[in-house]
Amino acid sequence: RAITMFSPDGHLFQVEYAQEAVKKGSTAVGVRGKDVVVLGVEKKAVAKLQEDRTVRKICQLDEHVLMAFAGLTADARVLTKQARVECQSHRLTVEDPVTIEYITRYIASLKQRYTQSNGRRPFGISCLITGFDYAETPRLYQTDPSGTYHEWKANAIGRNAKTVREFLEKNYSEDVVQTEALAVKLAIKALLEVVQSGGKNLEVAVMRAGSGYQMLDVSEIERVVKEVDKEKEEEAAAKKKETKSDK
Amino acid sequence: MECLVGMQCNDFVMVAADMTAARSILVKKSDHKKYLKLSDKLLMAVTGESGDTNQFSEYVAKNIMLYKMRNGYELSPAAAASFTRRNLAGYLRSRTPYHVNLLVAGYDDESGKPELYYMDYLASMAKLPYASHGYGGSFTTSILDRHFRPDMTRAQAYALMIECVKEVQKRLIINLPNFSVTVIDKEGIVDMEPITQAVIANQATA
Repeated sequence: RAITMFSPDGHLFQVEYAQEAVKKGSTAVGVRGKDVVVLGVEKKAVAKLQEDRTVRKICQLDEHVLMAFAGLTADARVLTKQARVECQSHRLTVEDPVTIEYITRYIASLKQRYTQSNGRRPFGISCLITGFDYAETPRLYQTDPSGTYHEWKANAIGRNAKTVREFLEKNYSEDVVQTEALAVKLAIKALLEVVQSGGKNLEVAVMRAGSGYQMLDVSEIERVVKEVDKEKEEEAAAKKKETKSDK
Repeated sequence: MECLVGMQCNDFVMVAADMTAARSILVKKSDHKKYLKLSDKLLMAVTGESGDTNQFSEYVAKNIMLYKMRNGYELSPAAAASFTRRNLAGYLRSRTPYHVNLLVAGYDDESGKPELYYMDYLASMAKLPYASHGYGGSFTTSILDRHFRPDMTRAQAYALMIECVKEVQKRLIINLPNFSVTVIDKEGIVDMEPITQAVIANQATA
């Protein structure tokens, strides 16, 4: 019954294969601002006859917790269901909303259990869990199929996550995410590195301290995309001028 | 010993609950809230076995939240009342029934109407224009039979509530000095000023 057992050289191949499944999923990015948290996802193109359902990849776990995932959507559904129950259960027993770390730990423990139980395969998703602790402190956590979790200032998962993460490493700083507008712009800019330009291909959710979350509508995203594109053009034009003047 | 009164008018529901928490001969508290907000436009006032009241109402409240998280929209008052009643009924013929009497009040955004449901510990339920629980309820029902009109304003309903409270305080042997009053309308849940001795005295002079 050795589905998740060690290989001779110490690997858990099923977990690694699960991580491969995650790499096939559409990209998601998370940015932790000063008093906002932003989640952006790449919207997969839908078939012509398919109804375009918004908000599939960003799930609300509780009033103050948002989750985006990359990988097997069906697996995410199961995790979301259990996480939502746990959020309410926590409120019932200790009369406090969950901290983001708590619910991340819960989800990660669930994932880990499936890497050790018999007859089960690991969950094929990585999650970006974000929100506010006690309506004050913004948090962003990432989990992966192995059941590990870490806190991040900004991160990306899914297809081309490496490219997006490198972009974030170059461009993230405390100043850059001072305001909501800037944090949203950074998230969109990061996603545009790997996603075709256009508001139709992105879904962006913003959560502010103490209030719920808001999905940005297409016009708003388009506006930021245009801004980003314009800046890129200006940068490219400026660079051209520099190289010309060098000659 | 506890008393709950509710009335549903054309565009709001008003629920009053006594604020006395007592054990045997001792009054532990006279500013005790006997209602719980289930969601933005849903309220449950509970009396009955101490402990069961908290446990049951909190359990229902969290499940209603869970429904909202899972499905993206809130349960209507009718659905929430139905859910509550079904839970009560389920536990009734178990070893651990809940001994609670409830008034569930809410505003249904879909139909644009406020609703009031009476529910007792035997899991019976009735949608009513006005309802009450407890010994005090016998007196308030008579008052409401005589004076209730669905087209009252909030002020008029509050005045009628004061009349109910005055009757309970006059005729019930148990002293219930304070009553909390809450109103639910299309804006949400608003706590009105509790009916205390001072408020009754003011109203008499006004």
